[in-house]
Amino acid sequence: MKLLVTFSRKKGRKPIIAQVVRDTGVLINVERAIIDSSEGEALIEVPDDQCRLVSDTMTGLGAHVRILDHGISVNESECVDCGACISICPREAFSFDSEYRLRLDEEKCVLCGRCVDSCPHRALTLAL
Amino acid sequence: MHKTIDQINGRIRDGSARVVTAEEMPGIVAELGEEGALKEVDVVTTGTFGAMCSSGAFINFGHADPPIRMERIWLNDVEAYGGLAAVDTYIGATQQSETREEEYGGAHVIEDLVAGKSVELRANSRGTDCYPRRTITTELLLENVNQAIMCNPRNAYQRYNAATNSSDRTLHTYMGTLLPGSGNVTYSGAGLLNPITNDPKFRLIGSGVPIFLCGAQGMIVGEGTQHSPAGGFGTLMVSGDLKQMSQDYLRAATMTGYGVTMYIGLGVPLPVLDLDVVRATAVRDEDISVDILDYSVPSRSRPSLRKVNYAELRSGTIDLNGEEVRTSSLSSFRRARKVALELKTWVEKGTMQLALPTRQIDPLKVSKPMHQTTRGPRVLDIMDRKVVSIGEDEEIRTAAQKLLKGETNHLPVVNGAGTLVGIVTTFDVSKAVANPGKAHLVKDIMKKKVITTTPDEAVDIAVRKLEQYNISALPVVDPENHVIAILTAMNLGKLFGGRWLK
Repeated sequence: MKLLVTFSRKKGRKPIIAQVVRDTGVLINVERAIIDSSEGEALIEVPDDQCRLVSDTMTGLGAHVRILDHGISVNESECVDCGACISICPREAFSFDSEYRLRLDEEKCVLCGRCVDSCPHRALTLAL
Repeated sequence: MHKTIDQINGRIRDGSARVVTAEEMPGIVAELGEEGALKEVDVVTTGTFGAMCSSGAFINFGHADPPIRMERIWLNDVEAYGGLAAVDTYIGATQQSETREEEYGGAHVIEDLVAGKSVELRANSRGTDCYPRRTITTELLLENVNQAIMCNPRNAYQRYNAATNSSDRTLHTYMGTLLPGSGNVTYSGAGLLNPITNDPKFRLIGSGVPIFLCGAQGMIVGEGTQHSPAGGFGTLMVSGDLKQMSQDYLRAATMTGYGVTMYIGLGVPLPVLDLDVVRATAVRDEDISVDILDYSVPSRSRPSLRKVNYAELRSGTIDLNGEEVRTSSLSSFRRARKVALELKTWVEKGTMQLALPTRQIDPLKVSKPMHQTTRGPRVLDIMDRKVVSIGEDEEIRTAAQKLLKGETNHLPVVNGAGTLVGIVTTFDVSKAVANPGKAHLVKDIMKKKVITTTPDEAVDIAVRKLEQYNISALPVVDPENHVIAILTAMNLGKLFGGRWLK
């Protein structure tokens, strides 16, 4: 399960992710993070059965947590299976099947959004 | 042995014609041999589905009451051509909306009409004795207009060069998003399914030949604009009835940062008359090669990094300077196949018969670059030759004095050999003074990555550098990287009121 964690760093510089790992024992995989002096946003992946525990602990430490059920989504009526997105995705989430139909491996998506503008048919959207 | 077009049409009429797609043909020739394939196959269908910017449609709206001779015309805020008298117009695919810019354009208007959506026509006129009306606004459906005839000046490119970008920033081009550091390669074209690739000598493809155009039965008008078959870049001008077209094969699109374009599905059925046709239609992706051009070079002649064939491009990765680089197609091979298969069904069912060209297309033509009688301003025309520079080992205080004395905001920094190694601005010096730290020398505070220009560079290219990097000056360097002048935003003022505005 992927979680989008946002936190403010105004109230001190608490090492939230490290603390949650220590307190819960859950091994968190940080897939993407943008952290500057005042705030931060991190996309993390945790095992499904420990999602609630991690989410609650983080919320308790003052972070805002959103559970992301979906990665990038493909509007099938707009997509023409060109494949412009395939080489753009840093995680190789897009590929062709044997019929040259576009396939998305949603698990791989880290919601970076780079593919959105690269789609000539505006068929890709981030549900954020 | 050879067959005549009448024999083939006879078989189409009695339902006995053997029709295959260009994708099946190499296998058939390999299995049956050339003579066997000639005996077996009557028609080869081709297909392509990709961005074809040079497209549009003629529309006749019928006369209003009182009548108007439309001079300026908009369809859903996209301007259409008003020089065709009274109530005719041409809406071009790449024309952009005056309100929604690159997210909506002529291609979207055409797709909306085909999809059965209502489109707003707005037009004005000066009013004449015979056409007194001055303005009109009305909502139209495709069924309300007399004619809507797609006529595309340049479609069905025989092949197209692939693209990459060796610079350090992402480029947004008509070849899609090009990642920095040659991070990807994009390409376009249906390879072995492409119509002209299956008839490169234009024996079968020519004026009057029936084709599949966006789901309608269209025809080839003749050679397309910029037709350059001698180098493998032939094009076709095509036409068809918009009212018969389908959204499955006609899609508006936006290449971010470039603008609006239209994806067109186009296929040509080729009669298998003789062994030459068999050989031409046995073409494989491996046989069709293009250059990979570096789009970071802002010039008409972009350098080629290597040759590549469509089989390599379609494999998903290619080798570029020893690195594996991923490829992206901009055209859809899946839909190109669909076009060829749909066309195959038409011919099998007898809904389309074949014809030979009424006029041949020149297979040897070469397209010329633009004849330019004036060249635009170059950096040397407006650059400031009185450039003040500073040595990298000088003190920051010296830099401050030079900035004041030279009445400039930028100091190129040079090393002992006199070559450019950095740049300092008034901002860098002020920052160093306001926050005194360990920095004492110019080299401690200078920016080492300097964006430069050369005397011969077009001013338009230099201006894009200023915009892209959000800077206000470019040191002008010679081939040995010596600073010979500087181009600042202030120098651009020389362009106005001067000979360049003539």
